[in-house]
Amino acid sequence: MTKPNLAVDLNGLKLQNPVTTASGTFGFGPEYRNYVDLNRLGGVMVKGTTLNPKLGNPTPRIAETPAGMLNAIGLQNPGVDHFLARILPLIKDYNFKTIVNISGNTVEDYAKLANKLNVEGVDALEINISCPNVKKGGLAFGTQPEMAASVVEAVRAETDMSLITKLSPNVADITSIARAVEEAGTDVISLINTLLGMKIDIHNQEPILANKMGGLSGPAIKPVAVRMVYQVAQAVEVPLIGMGGISNADDAIEFLLAGASAISVGTANFVNPEVTMEILDGIEEYLVEKGYEDINEIVGKAIK
Amino acid sequence: MSKRVIAKVISQEEISPRHFKMVIDAPEVAKEAKIGQFIHLKWVAKLNEHDPLLRRPISLNEIDQEAGTITIIYRAIGRGTQLLATLKAGDQVDLMGPIGMGFSIPEDTNKFVVVGGGMGIAPLYPVVKKLVELNKEVTVLIGAENKGQLLNLADYEEMDVELKASTVDGSYGYQGFVTEFLDDTLIDADYIYTCGPEVMMEVVQNWVIANDIKGEASLEERMGCGTGACLSCVCKIKVRNESGWDYKKTCIQGPVFPLNEVIFDD
Ligand SMILES: Cc1cc2nc3c(=O)[nH]c(=O)nc-3n(C[C@H](O)[C@H](O)[C@H](O)COP(=O)(O)OP(=O)(O)OC[C@H]3O[C@@H](n4cnc5c(N)ncnc54)[C@H](O)[C@@H]3O)c2cc1C
Ligand SMILES: Cc1cc2nc3c(=O)[nH]c(=O)nc-3n(C[C@H](O)[C@H](O)[C@H](O)COP(=O)(O)O)c2cc1C
Ligand code: FES
Repeated sequence: MTKPNLAVDLNGLKLQNPVTTASGTFGFGPEYRNYVDLNRLGGVMVKGTTLNPKLGNPTPRIAETPAGMLNAIGLQNPGVDHFLARILPLIKDYNFKTIVNISGNTVEDYAKLANKLNVEGVDALEINISCPNVKKGGLAFGTQPEMAASVVEAVRAETDMSLITKLSPNVADITSIARAVEEAGTDVISLINTLLGMKIDIHNQEPILANKMGGLSGPAIKPVAVRMVYQVAQAVEVPLIGMGGISNADDAIEFLLAGASAISVGTANFVNPEVTMEILDGIEEYLVEKGYEDINEIVGKAIK
Repeated sequence: MSKRVIAKVISQEEISPRHFKMVIDAPEVAKEAKIGQFIHLKWVAKLNEHDPLLRRPISLNEIDQEAGTITIIYRAIGRGTQLLATLKAGDQVDLMGPIGMGFSIPEDTNKFVVVGGGMGIAPLYPVVKKLVELNKEVTVLIGAENKGQLLNLADYEEMDVELKASTVDGSYGYQGFVTEFLDDTLIDADYIYTCGPEVMMEVVQNWVIANDIKGEASLEERMGCGTGACLSCVCKIKVRNESGWDYKKTCIQGPVFPLNEVIFDD
C-alpha cells in the first residue's frame, strides 16, 4: 500500500504535513530538538513576537487546573529585531514552515512588525488578535469584527506573505469575527487561542497567578475548540488551522473532521515532548486503516 | 543531553510521614546526570490520562552511574505527588532528564558550607557527597520541621563532615532555624551552597554578601515544559543592563544560580 498524501496547501502556504506547534508552547523550535525530529514538523508557530523586547508578567505565571492549565506569561519575548538577527538564522533551514506569531498594542505596531518580518526565511505570519488595543481602552482586537479587520488590513498592506489570523474564543459570535478577517484579506484562520480563566488558592485566599487571570489551555478546552472550528468552517472559505487541547492523534483527527485543514499542538508538548511525532504517525495510520489516499479527503467530513 | 524515558520504579518507601524515597532504573539518565540537576516526571497513567496534567520537577538526590539508577526524595503534598506516592516497585514513570545547569565546584577552593532547609535538603546531598570525595572541608547545616524531615540525616552522620541540624519542634538538634548556625565561626568559608524556602535563602544571601563569600542557590519555580520553551519558570537574576536584572529560565538556565545574583522578591 502506498503512503497516503499528508501535504496540505493552505491557500498557498504549503505544509509537508498538517502537524504544527502552537505559539508560546514550543519556543522557537530548537528547544525541542532532543525530543523531536524537527524536520518532520509541518510548521512551527514561534513565540509571540512584539516590536520591542518584553519582560512579561511576574511569577507565578502558570497554574494547573482540571485537565488543563492557566497561563499568564505576558508575552515575554526578545523583540522582532533580536528574532531576525539571532533566531531566524538558526531555524530557517529546517523543513518546517517558520510562522511568526505577532502581537501589538496598536494597529501600527502590527503593520511595523509585518514590514520588518517581510524577509526570506519567514514563511507566514500568524496575527494574534487576542492582544489588548491600548487605543480602545485595552479591549482585545479580537473581540470586535471591525477592530480585528483593521489589524488584518494593515498587515495585508505591508506584505504578500501568507497571513494566518488567530481567533480568540472569548467572544460572543466567533463566526462574525472569522468573516470579518476573511473579508480583510487573511489567507488562513487559526483557532482557538486560550479561554480566559482564574484559579484561587483557598488557603491564601487570593488568585494563584500573579496576573490574577490567565488563559486556559489543554484537554479541558478541546470540546469548545472543536465546536468553534466546526462553526467557522461553515462560515468562511479560507482554510483553518485547528487547535485547543490536542493531545494525541485521535484529537487531531477530530479537528480535521470538524473542518480544519491542519492542526497545532500546544500544551500537550509540555506533557509529552514527543507528542507531535506520535500525532503525525497516528494520523497516517488512521488514513491507511480507513483506506484514504489523501489527508484532504477527511477535512470537514463531520460537517453534514 | 536530556531525554524522555519510560523507566521502571525499583523501590519506593515512605521515609517519614508523607516523605517518599523512590529509586528509578534509568541508566541513560544516570550516565549523563550532574549534581544539582533535576528530572521532570509523571506517573504513567492507567486512568484519567489528562488529570493531573503536568509533569512535576524533582531534584536528583542520588545518581548511581554503576547501578544505572537515580533516587529522588519528595514530599507528597498536592495531587501529582500524591499519585507518585502510590507507585510500587515495577510500576513505570515517564521522565524527562537530566535537566538544568547543576552545581559547580570551583577549583582551588577548600572550605565549603552547605545550608539546606526543608525539602531544599534533597538536592544538596549529591553536592556534599562529591565534596567529601574531593576531600574538601565541609560544614553541613540542615533544618526542618522535625527529625523525620531532616533528609539524609543518617547519611550525613556517617560522612566526614561537620554536621549541625535544627528542628522547629526541637525533636532533634537545635530548636530553631538553620540560618542561626551562620555565625563568625564560618566566615572563613570559601564557598556556600543553599536550597530551601526563599525566606531562608534570603537570610543566607545577606550573610554571604556581608562576609564577602560566594556561592550558589538552587531555586524552585512552577514549570510547564522543562525545555526552555514556555517561559513559565522564570526568576529574577541580576545582570548588567538598565534595570539591573533580567528574567532567566529556572529549568534550563538554572535551577542553580550564583547566590549573590538572585533577586528574591516575587
Ligand atoms: C527544580 C526543582 C526541583 C525540585 N525538587 C524537589 C525535590 O527534590 N523534592 C520535593 O519534594 N520537591 C521538589 N520540588 C518541588 C516540587 O516540584 C513540588 O512540590 C511539586 O511540583 C508539587 O506538586 P503537587 O502535585 O504535590 O502539588 P500541586 O499543588 O497539585 O501542584 C500544582 C502545580 O503547581 C506546581 N507546584 C506546586 N508547588 C510547587 C513548588 N514548590 N515548586 C514548583 N512547582 C510547584 C506543580 O508542579 C504543578 O504544576 C522541586 C521543584 C523544582 C522547580
Ligand atoms: C504557556 C503558553 C504560552 C502561549 N503563548 C502564546 C503566544 O505568545 N501567542 C499566541 O497566539 N498564543 C499563545 N498561546 C496559546 C496557544 O498557542 C494555543 O492557542 C492554546 O494554548 C490552545 O492550544 P492547546 O490547548 O493545545 O495549548 C500560549 C499558550 C500557552 C499554554
Ligand atoms: S518550564 Fe518552560 S521554560 Fe522553564
